[in-house]
Amino acid sequence: MWEHFVHGADIGIRGRGATRDDAFAEAARALTAVVTELDSVAPRLEVPIRCDAPDDELLLVAWLNAVIYEMATRRMLFGRYEVCTHDHRLVATAWGEPVDISRHHPAVEPKGATMTALRVACEPDATWLAQTVIDV
Amino acid sequence: MNTTDLVQRDATTWEIPPVGAMRVPIILYADQTLVRDMDEKVREQACNVATLPGIVDAVHVMPDAHWGYGFPIGGVAAFDAAAGGVVSAGGVGFDISCGVRCLLTGVCDEAIAAVAPSLADALSVAIPAGVGSTGPVRLGAGELDHMLTGGARWAVDRGFGTVADLERIEERGQMLHAKPSAVSDRAKRRQRDEMGTLGSGNHYLEVDRVAEIFAEDAAAAFGLRRGEAVVLVHCGSRGLGHQIGTDYLRDMVVAAAGFGLRLPDRELACAPIESELGRSYLGAMRAAVNCALANRQILTHLARGVFASVVPAARLDLLFDVSHNTCKLENHGGRQLFVHRKGATRAFGPGHPDVPDALRAIGQPVIIGGSMGTASYVLVGMVPERAWSSACHGAGRAMSRHEALRHWRGREIVDALARRGILIRSPSLRGVAEEAPDAYKNVGAVVDSAQAAGLARKVARLEPMVVVKG
Repeated sequence: MWEHFVHGADIGIRGRGATRDDAFAEAARALTAVVTELDSVAPRLEVPIRCDAPDDELLLVAWLNAVIYEMATRRMLFGRYEVCTHDHRLVATAWGEPVDISRHHPAVEPKGATMTALRVACEPDATWLAQTVIDV
Repeated sequence: MNTTDLVQRDATTWEIPPVGAMRVPIILYADQTLVRDMDEKVREQACNVATLPGIVDAVHVMPDAHWGYGFPIGGVAAFDAAAGGVVSAGGVGFDISCGVRCLLTGVCDEAIAAVAPSLADALSVAIPAGVGSTGPVRLGAGELDHMLTGGARWAVDRGFGTVADLERIEERGQMLHAKPSAVSDRAKRRQRDEMGTLGSGNHYLEVDRVAEIFAEDAAAAFGLRRGEAVVLVHCGSRGLGHQIGTDYLRDMVVAAAGFGLRLPDRELACAPIESELGRSYLGAMRAAVNCALANRQILTHLARGVFASVVPAARLDLLFDVSHNTCKLENHGGRQLFVHRKGATRAFGPGHPDVPDALRAIGQPVIIGGSMGTASYVLVGMVPERAWSSACHGAGRAMSRHEALRHWRGREIVDALARRGILIRSPSLRGVAEEAPDAYKNVGAVVDSAQAAGLARKVARLEPMVVVKG
């Protein structure tokens, strides 16, 4: 499950899931939804992504920035993600397709994941939350 | 922002005295309405900046300030390297050297209006804009490094524009001491196909009419005449700058403890100027400034090509090119200071040696971008300098993108603006809705405050006719 939250100039993204990995994957879906409608992205190609960081929160930033990098350099959008984290290392697969302006109508280009409102935590109801603000 | 604990110095100057860990006060330049409308986060972030080592005199907050990352957008702060001062990747931001340039067409607005649809169409084809767009220039590794050290001068050497353009760009088109070796391979890879692209979000190329002149002396010096058309180009350092911001923000956060820095907000990530990391960031950031200058130079060349074909009488002489998100070493009162401007424009007054010869007697042009349906402004720097010779940079958002999408549909905005004679071309209607003119503050009030506060003097108001949005 993902959602956007309000930031004055940019867009907050929030992923929730039964595990930290699920929350990270949902946060990435929220990132894609900043750009386009998720349902419009077909999972035609898969791209491996790896990153690491000193702690969980910086790992979320590193993960989202790695997705932004792949989006920018491959000119792709991703609609589905599988994430596996261990000891602040992340291995993931993103599925998507090249940007099609006429079909995706991409609204805005993410510049980077910030550390504003950054939070990775297991909530009292045992669900995981992963959130930050994306500079667009 | 709650104004009850602010000390009002005059109608447009407010002070927050230092408390706690703050080393210097905050000075806000805005009228009461703008100050009250500012987010409390602006105060919080400015107070955090005031705690950083080596900060000099005050944190200055422009009239268009809003919640940023670490620094408020519209925040200006200077640091003394000799006093342990820092350079902050957060204080510059992701879109390094995002800026605006203004080109003088020399033709009247009627001549533009007569061909506006075909001009809009031709510009939207020639100017790569929006997500996934690629530019007309592909750079190999060696050439990319030349661009990163050469800036707009590199672009002119490759046939994009003229030598005369360089005189009308900050740093004369080339930021010295750039260090391509400090730029990551990922940043360079991200830029490979993006030279000469506009980007998205609030980036645009506009054709405007000069609707009103406020200062005849400066307008004459700038070549601005009421009823003539100008072109504004607003964009930055594209993927390369974004990646440099990402890379160094992370490195500075991780290294902060080692420098003995206690960051009140991780986004204020910084390093001592006199450290290897600080010097490395400055070298990379200067390379990104050059990338932005080269990018706007290539876009200028593309726009000139369109005008040559659709409006052959137009010249598109460069009035000036300003950058918003930078950290520059400047001389202020005999002190060499590293001045961070995050969402703020350098605004040197008359007589400053860094103002081009032809404009030195009057001061540096300060170009304030609007938002599709609202006005843009040309201002001029003033003396005595205030806020390290800085001024506002735009209207600033009044409403989040999320809220804007709830209020408007892109098609409604495009149609409504067309009825007012403003033609919009954009690859994304959703992007247009997010950038709705009414999602921004009243830019007129912002520039009025800038003038009243002595930051910059109003010269001309520009109204949009054709807008190519990213």
